[in-house]
Amino acid sequence: MNTQHYEQIGETLYSKKLDNGLEVYLLPKREMAKTFGVFTTEYGSIDQTFSPIGKNEQVTVPEGIAHFLEHKLFEKEDRDVFQDFTKLGASPNAFTSFTSTAYLFSATQHIQENVRTLLDFVQDPYFSDESVEKEKGIIAQEIRMYDDQPDWRAFFGTIQSLFQDHPVKVDIAGTVDSIQDITKEDLYTCYNTFYHPSNMTFFVAGNFDPESMMKLIEENQNAKEFEATPTIDRSYPDEPKGVAEAHKVIEMPVSVSKCLVGVKEDTEYLNEDTFLKTDMMKNMVLDHFFSKSGEFFETLYNEDLIDDSFHFETHLDKSFGFTIIGGNTRNPEKLSERVKGMLHELKGRNLTDEEFNRMKRKKIGQFMRSMNSLEFIATTFVQYRHLGIDLFQVLPAIESLTKDEVEEHLKAWIDEDRIAVTEVRPSEE
Amino acid sequence: MPRIDEKRYESKGYDIHIIPSNKYKTNTIVVKFKSPLKRETITKRAMLPYVLQQATENYPSARSFRTALDDLYGAVLKVDASKKGEHHVMTFRMEVANDQFLTEDHDLLRKGLQLMQEVIFHPKKDGESLDKNIVDREKQTLTQKIKSLKDDKMSYANSRLLDEMCSDEPYRYHVHGYEEDLPDITGESLYAYYQEMLAQDKMDIYVQGLFDENNIQNIVEEEIKRDSNPTITPTETTSKEAPKQPNEVIDKQNVQQGKLHLGYRTHIRYGDKDYPALQVFNGLFGGFPSSKLFMNVREKHSLAYYAASRFESHKGLLLVFSGIDPNDYKQARDIIEKQMKAMKDGDFSDDEVQETKDLVVNQFLETLDNQQGVVEVLYHQVISGSDRTPDELIEEVKQVTKEDVLRVAEKVHLDTVYFLTKQEGGDA
Repeated sequence: MNTQHYEQIGETLYSKKLDNGLEVYLLPKREMAKTFGVFTTEYGSIDQTFSPIGKNEQVTVPEGIAHFLEHKLFEKEDRDVFQDFTKLGASPNAFTSFTSTAYLFSATQHIQENVRTLLDFVQDPYFSDESVEKEKGIIAQEIRMYDDQPDWRAFFGTIQSLFQDHPVKVDIAGTVDSIQDITKEDLYTCYNTFYHPSNMTFFVAGNFDPESMMKLIEENQNAKEFEATPTIDRSYPDEPKGVAEAHKVIEMPVSVSKCLVGVKEDTEYLNEDTFLKTDMMKNMVLDHFFSKSGEFFETLYNEDLIDDSFHFETHLDKSFGFTIIGGNTRNPEKLSERVKGMLHELKGRNLTDEEFNRMKRKKIGQFMRSMNSLEFIATTFVQYRHLGIDLFQVLPAIESLTKDEVEEHLKAWIDEDRIAVTEVRPSEE
Repeated sequence: MPRIDEKRYESKGYDIHIIPSNKYKTNTIVVKFKSPLKRETITKRAMLPYVLQQATENYPSARSFRTALDDLYGAVLKVDASKKGEHHVMTFRMEVANDQFLTEDHDLLRKGLQLMQEVIFHPKKDGESLDKNIVDREKQTLTQKIKSLKDDKMSYANSRLLDEMCSDEPYRYHVHGYEEDLPDITGESLYAYYQEMLAQDKMDIYVQGLFDENNIQNIVEEEIKRDSNPTITPTETTSKEAPKQPNEVIDKQNVQQGKLHLGYRTHIRYGDKDYPALQVFNGLFGGFPSSKLFMNVREKHSLAYYAASRFESHKGLLLVFSGIDPNDYKQARDIIEKQMKAMKDGDFSDDEVQETKDLVVNQFLETLDNQQGVVEVLYHQVISGSDRTPDELIEEVKQVTKEDVLRVAEKVHLDTVYFLTKQEGGDA
């Protein structure tokens, strides 16, 4: 078992790669009442086209299948796993993202049994025709719920405008139509291909003893048989540089219009060494100009174009990346023109030392705050791990960032061809 | 050892609550102002959090104030308004990094308190008026906020249910105020109300984290000064019986999914003997994935993605909410009402009571691992006037029996059924 102590934040991380390929990370925090465990596979909504394990031909599976599989893994032949956790006083959950599916629990008692339950249910699939059919009604209502949420429609509309071919543009839950095609056999195909331990990570954070926890997990895994470690052959289409739709209007029954400006990020040149820095720089720059202390925020606010709902985010991954800026507005057209203008203006911007130091201090404070949450630590650690980044190296990375690097980044960031605007406007009654 | 070691001191104008904890990398300061819910003042109270954050005496613009927060290692300040029973609560929350985890000591907690004092007690003003430009601009912000609430259908349906169910009780008032009040609000009238709030509201300060426990009270008293020292008289929360025949209200909009919300009266509040049993009742009925609502509406009949219940701790309400296909109204309502009948008939085992108690306690302990959660849990005592501590509540939940849950079930009565559904001929 490897032990890594991080002096400044006062945390110790234990880790081990097991014989079957599973990576295990343990972060004991004995002062907490709670323990949070998360079992993650590197398999998300973008993994639509791949060669099923043991086959050479690539297949394309229905949209929304990773999410469907997440729902169905909780159901077994004789029971629902939610009830197993319930009996152990725990609170289970799961989520599917673009690139991963995660199963998790939090609990304040019976920690070892809960960890075993999590490991065992994820590694013991049971899918039947009947239960697959039954789930379609539930997921259809989940999709309908999102259909009525203007923020979600604006967000996903922007992703769909930005990407022409990349499957990130496919709604994570699929559509009410696409999920009708999902079969039990499809679920097994996806499960067998993507749920091998070598494609997975197990992270536990909270109130437990690391030695006995690692022993428990290792014994549990050693008692199970797995095929030899497979190589997963997945493919993503080449995404052209330009956006799919530079300007889109979504009409729906809203009282207040919305406008989001999206930037399709160039991820081709990113590698493990530059990833974290690039991600941090983009976030720090957006924060500096577009948060409430920012020059651009102030301008937009004084022009009565934005309100408290104004937000921004950058999401970078191996095969895709995007930045989204916007919120509620009285004048979507004007807001989009102003934000685009501001993004272009970044090219020529320099920062004073005072500004740059403030940006760094703010980022350090943000990191400290996020360290209060076991859920954040565990899920972000795993997400970063998949990108080759160590979450606990964020502090030194912030420290080592230079003003020149940021200014250099600003020069090359924004390209008109990579911008797409999405408006949500009230539909005619 | 208690799980939460809260020390409470009376200072001039406010109570200080000190909560030492080594769980976090940050310290938090929370300041709460409490007043009875009143129709005449609610829009002004809704506006104040927006106006106060825009500028202060020493920081003439929102940007300069926010920059001062950034300088404190990105201290975060949020101000919000909420409804607790028939009280309006304005909350200022600040989170600052703990110096112990930085390379040098910056006295961040004290500086955070100073900014808190600035934003609460020293707004930018012009004689007896708050800054007029800011007031005008923030009317715009609040208008947009009030309008946009209608776009979140789950919260809209909840708000409509309470409009109808509590149509002659203060609890129906909208915490974000009313658009129609805004034209009459001026810099002067808002300043006058602000003075009233400073003079009359109950004020509480919570400081939580890792600091010198012997000195923290002095630091707070040095930095936070309130001139007035009001005597607070407890307000009575109104209590109404459910009608013999439940009300049914149906609204139609252009939506894909119907929102089915049911409002029950429990008449059980935080300080009541039956409050721990109410928590267990809610856990069995609709609080968890193991509850009757989730198991029947979702798992057995595939009618919904979510179907759950929650209780209001200070008004004595239990609210059910579910998102269903517009065509499934009758079936879903029938199933929900059957689950309530099953609760009343005692259709649950002692084992299920035990499991639910474990879940309630687990949820409670998890909340106590979260800084904001701890403050919200402790603030129940201030709202209710009860001295029941979180630790006592946990112990009482552990003692709840099936008989206690049945006693609660007898008190729960359906008042109003609200359904937001698609228009006839909608495209769903």
